[in-house]
Amino acid sequence: MSDHSIVGGPFTHGGNSIPRTMQLVMLALLPATLFGFYLFGWPAIYLFMVTVLSAMGAEALALAIAGKPQRPFLMDGSALLTGWLLAMTLPPWAPWWIGVIGALLAIIIGKHVFGGIGQNLFNPAMVARVALLISFPLEMTLFTAPSPITSAAAPGLFDSLAITFGLGADLDAVSSATPLGHVKTELGRGLMLPQALGDAHSEWNLGVGSISGSLGETSAVLILLGGLFLLYKRIISWHIPLAMLGTLFVLATLFHLIDPERYLGPMSHLLSGAALLGAFFIATDLVTSPVSIRGQLIFGAGCGLLVYVIRTWAGYPEGVAFAVLLMNACTPLIDHYFKPRIYGRDRKGQPLNQTSRQSAPEKP
Amino acid sequence: MLAGSLFRSEPFRLFRIRGGVHPDDRKALSADQSIVDLPMPALLHIPLQQHIGAPAASLVTRGQMVRKGQLLARSQGLISAPVHAPTSGRIVGVGSYPAHHASGLSVRTITLQPDGLDEWIDDIEPVVEPFTLAPEEIARRVAEAGIVGMGGATFPSAVKLNLGKRYALKGLVINGAECEPYLTCDDRLMQEHSSEVLTGTLLMARALGVSEILFAIENNKPAAIEAMRQAAAAFPELRVIGLPTRYPMGSEKHLVQALTGQETPARGLTADIGYVVHNAATAKAVHDALIHGQPLISRVMTVSGNAIRQPRNLRVLIGTPLDNLVEFCGGFNAEPARLVSGGPMMGQPLPGTRVPAVKGSNGLLALSAQETLAAPEMPCIRCASCVQACPCGLVPLDMAANIRAGSLDASVSIGLLDCIGCGSCSYVCPAHIPLVQYFNYAKGELAARQRNQHKQGETKRLAEARNTRLEAIKKAKREQMLKRKREMEAKKQSEQAQQKVAETIEDGA
Repeated sequence: MSDHSIVGGPFTHGGNSIPRTMQLVMLALLPATLFGFYLFGWPAIYLFMVTVLSAMGAEALALAIAGKPQRPFLMDGSALLTGWLLAMTLPPWAPWWIGVIGALLAIIIGKHVFGGIGQNLFNPAMVARVALLISFPLEMTLFTAPSPITSAAAPGLFDSLAITFGLGADLDAVSSATPLGHVKTELGRGLMLPQALGDAHSEWNLGVGSISGSLGETSAVLILLGGLFLLYKRIISWHIPLAMLGTLFVLATLFHLIDPERYLGPMSHLLSGAALLGAFFIATDLVTSPVSIRGQLIFGAGCGLLVYVIRTWAGYPEGVAFAVLLMNACTPLIDHYFKPRIYGRDRKGQPLNQTSRQSAPEKP
Repeated sequence: MLAGSLFRSEPFRLFRIRGGVHPDDRKALSADQSIVDLPMPALLHIPLQQHIGAPAASLVTRGQMVRKGQLLARSQGLISAPVHAPTSGRIVGVGSYPAHHASGLSVRTITLQPDGLDEWIDDIEPVVEPFTLAPEEIARRVAEAGIVGMGGATFPSAVKLNLGKRYALKGLVINGAECEPYLTCDDRLMQEHSSEVLTGTLLMARALGVSEILFAIENNKPAAIEAMRQAAAAFPELRVIGLPTRYPMGSEKHLVQALTGQETPARGLTADIGYVVHNAATAKAVHDALIHGQPLISRVMTVSGNAIRQPRNLRVLIGTPLDNLVEFCGGFNAEPARLVSGGPMMGQPLPGTRVPAVKGSNGLLALSAQETLAAPEMPCIRCASCVQACPCGLVPLDMAANIRAGSLDASVSIGLLDCIGCGSCSYVCPAHIPLVQYFNYAKGELAARQRNQHKQGETKRLAEARNTRLEAIKKAKREQMLKRKREMEAKKQSEQAQQKVAETIEDGA
């Protein structure tokens, strides 16, 4: 089945493919996702299904409008992954239409308006998340306290339908602030951190993930595991995650040392919110991050810096989505200015000094 | 002897090269097959262009009888190589025949019908004491033997042996890396003919006037490394170095970097940093030319791939139709998805097996679909696999995007001409984008444009020269006219003056 019009080699291949890449990322997301299902129960499962199916539907629609073949692009796994990542960042008990609108925003506005797979400037899932957060601040910030699916307090199969699809389910009764949201509110009230932080927000809980938060962001350990798996499989390189988390760590340490009453410690920053999910799964999005090593380090550091600034001084408790989008906008610029050094040339592109030639400048 | 081996036992410091890939080497298919002589084919088709540079000029005519080793076509110009008769027989044609090339286009080819006697010409001149020859004499004999770079680049070797005159050279590097998957011809040659390869190497070092010799072999050929080490045990100036197995280790600029840590300047030669690289098979050919006086008329080729029934390493006369090789290896066991000349990474696709083996042919691969793993092209997802794999520090995805958009100049400004076409980028691309295809297209297009520009410039220059010439003729004519006019006037005036004088005389009389 080879195409004989191709005359340039190589005539063998390493075996990597876009579907394989996407599948490995999904595999890496699986543990954290399953833990989210366990922690937040059936409503989370429904919301996940709705979001992913909507993403696939939106992809099929956009492909049909663009006149592109359905099969190769639907099967490449990219739309599925976008939907999956978006669902991971939603409040687990959000109503169904949040998932649908989010998926449409991600796939149509975030991806296909730019020309489809590989062409988008911004991470589609983050475009959708930010658009949802700004448009539906109430639904997007109403987090539920964890109620593991096995516990008595967890809503059943059918009660959950009411939460996800029903109208007017009273969520206030079970709502609970995220750790970062809680800190922001309490600091805003003039309280100092030692009072604001209760036992429930210990770093142990952040690590394990039995806290309120978005569907797939709560368990730092499982996300880290997935990230390490991607590193091992060489789907991502260490540069963006390390630069992002390292910058966040350094800044948080610095300010925490200056004033521990006002500034959260480094571990709280790293383990809470979407820092780890962002560092391993979102900022590393292949399409929207720089291609060179130095570019990736700058991109990652920029993400870390912005996350810290937004979390600490801006109006939102969490800033990963904003930070990644802002750095996405810088990617073309970074790629332009930070290219690898070409063999035999210096960084400016001039040929290296020639040492041993004696005379006769012409080549044989 | 003891001191020599102690010297060699200390580890040689190697340097890291950027990027590269680790393809499955698939050398086991043919690595255990000793080199076998292919039986004499019924016809030999010997192209006049088997090297980089000007094609050779035929010296024979149809019907002529030739002997083995006889000069069939002489080299033309500074960069060229002569062609010799691989066996004795009758010239049955000097015409066109399909080239050993992807296009399948025909090239000037001499067709020889072997007479089965395989008789050498009388005047072959073996050298008894080759190491007393002057360096220029070695290079001259190598040129006369028609030896070209046998790793596939086919650059006339003698030109590279004369570099010592113009560069301050430090050493000779023998490239036995054989980093392409499947190929085992150099591996077998180094194992079975290690002393000949060694002699050829020492002769080349003499021609270049260097005393340091680095003989580099990838670590996936331990038997070849051992054989060469044993052969070279008495020569402390020669070090046999095991290289990490990593494609494209055999790229000469990267090979020298791995051995010395030095980068060849862009657009330059490895000689710019003091090293000249020759292939191991070239060393064997140099040995044959100097010790036996035999020109380059045969070479070792690997016939391999899953679509070949019995992969082998064959000694093949130049000009042997590839059909004969396939047939000798038991034919195809399935319709090959690809026929490739050379290795799968940088080899050329072949339109068929009708074409002849040439001096640069190191392999014939019949690959099945499971080996080519061809898949439809998808859009680039900017995964940067190609950026990491590129041994030259390029950004292949941007170069391809520029070429796709028709901005060839933009692709040049980001390094297109620094690309060595190794194919590492295409090999790792998850979207199966034929990046090398884009680059080759752009390089070809740019070369065509340059030729066109040159042609236009020349036409303009000629037209301008013609104009100035015509102008000059016109001017000369005009001046001549003026001159004549002036002369006429002067004549008239003098006549008038004479008349006046005459009149005055008359008046006075």
